[in-house]
Amino acid sequence: MQNAIVSGIAISLICSTVGLFLVLRKFSLFGDALAHSAFGGVALGLFLGFYPLWAAYAVSILSALGLTKIRQKYDISGDAIVAILLSSGIAVGIVLISLSGGFSIDIFSFLFGSVLLVSTENVIMILGLSAAILIILITGYKKFMYITFSEEQAQVSGIPVQKLNYLLIAIAGVTVVTSMQLVGVLLVSALFVIPNVTAMMFKRSFKQTIILSMSFSVFSTVAGILISYPLDIAPSGMVVLLAITLFIGSLIMKSAGMVKTAGIQKKIH
Amino acid sequence: MIVDISELSVSYDGIDALQKISFGINEGDFLGIIGPNGAGKSTLFNCMLGINLQYQGVIKFFNKDIRKSEEYLTHIGYVPQKPVVDRNFPATIREVVSMGQINNDPDKVDEALQKVWMHELADRRIGDLSGGQQQRVFIAKALVNSPKILVLDEPVTGVDIHNKDLFFQILSELNSKGKISIIWSSHDLDAVERLANKVACLNKTLFFHGISQEFFNDEEMMKKYSETSMQMHMHHH
Repeated sequence: MQNAIVSGIAISLICSTVGLFLVLRKFSLFGDALAHSAFGGVALGLFLGFYPLWAAYAVSILSALGLTKIRQKYDISGDAIVAILLSSGIAVGIVLISLSGGFSIDIFSFLFGSVLLVSTENVIMILGLSAAILIILITGYKKFMYITFSEEQAQVSGIPVQKLNYLLIAIAGVTVVTSMQLVGVLLVSALFVIPNVTAMMFKRSFKQTIILSMSFSVFSTVAGILISYPLDIAPSGMVVLLAITLFIGSLIMKSAGMVKTAGIQKKIH
Repeated sequence: MIVDISELSVSYDGIDALQKISFGINEGDFLGIIGPNGAGKSTLFNCMLGINLQYQGVIKFFNKDIRKSEEYLTHIGYVPQKPVVDRNFPATIREVVSMGQINNDPDKVDEALQKVWMHELADRRIGDLSGGQQQRVFIAKALVNSPKILVLDEPVTGVDIHNKDLFFQILSELNSKGKISIIWSSHDLDAVERLANKVACLNKTLFFHGISQEFFNDEEMMKKYSETSMQMHMHHH
């Protein structure tokens, strides 16, 4: 369980940070689409006899970058790209799993997440990747924030917009596969989206929003694992349910006027 | 001359957007670029700002071809057309102004906000401001790296009269006291006549470039301009 909690904290931190940039770009479901394509990667790994996670990393990053390129070149809308990525990942997965003799326990672990998947070697890998992702995002956060705010203005300020966009998308691909081990393919995007939408309701600055989102995410993950362990249920469901509880709680607080905002609520003239 | 544009031509899918435009900008100039919708003003700006490099001809900033180095962008402050700011975007005014700041000096942010009289609102969120106030924040943002040139693309479209006047007053002070050269595209001929010392009149080709008063005092020229604008307007509808 220690392994699950340590890796859970690392995963919560990266998911909430990467997720904020995706949510603000109106790309909330991209994490979901990447997770489904990673599922295709897991199936490919099992079919070919590779370690499924490596195959998932490769497929997730390549499909993220490839589809971003296609989207730019052919001017296809973001939601259409998400739909294509999502269904093709699952389709490839189903075909390969059928060819390799049907669903196994491994596949279910990837679909729903499993603390059993998190061995000590996995924890080391998760911590290493999370540290690298956080260092990149924290050192470059101002540039990523700028591009998210206005690509045009960022470009005129001499920021390499296209390169950083590809970097962010590749990071999203790595984050999805890293997180999939704990929360599973089906619920990974919840960690990208829910803590951020909850944090944004508090109408704080960018920095404070990231810190709030990280706090919500870490709380749901740790509490979710602690609650689910003695009950012997998959932690992913409990983690996401707690995140949703925080979201609903914040909604209620907001509608009751209990949320204080950084600036003012009314428009100033 | 700090900007030198020569023989600039751009075409999209075989249709000319700009044809052999040549003009220069001197240090301290306040240049108003006018022209009807579809005259190529935005295309010209996109080329000058390095967003569109698919052009023929040469654009030089500070005597250097912009195709060879992007360094000139660090001396330019750009204020876009009134941008659509997502009301929920979680950034304070201070954070917006510091985006793209080269050094991370918080004093520079405060200084820039003071120039546009927005320093008292620095910790409020950008989405909570009115359109006119947001535009003043974008000027502060453009000023934060102490630019030599300010480029503004129809910055006051849709801004109320009170904020428009404030905006013009700020621009005028930046040019006269701050010694910043200004390149400003506008539909508002009265404002251009009042503020700009030079005028470039575009309609795919360069119709006129020179001293503002010469353009506005030339009845023949004004008549020709109105006719062309009307034709373009009819063409658009």
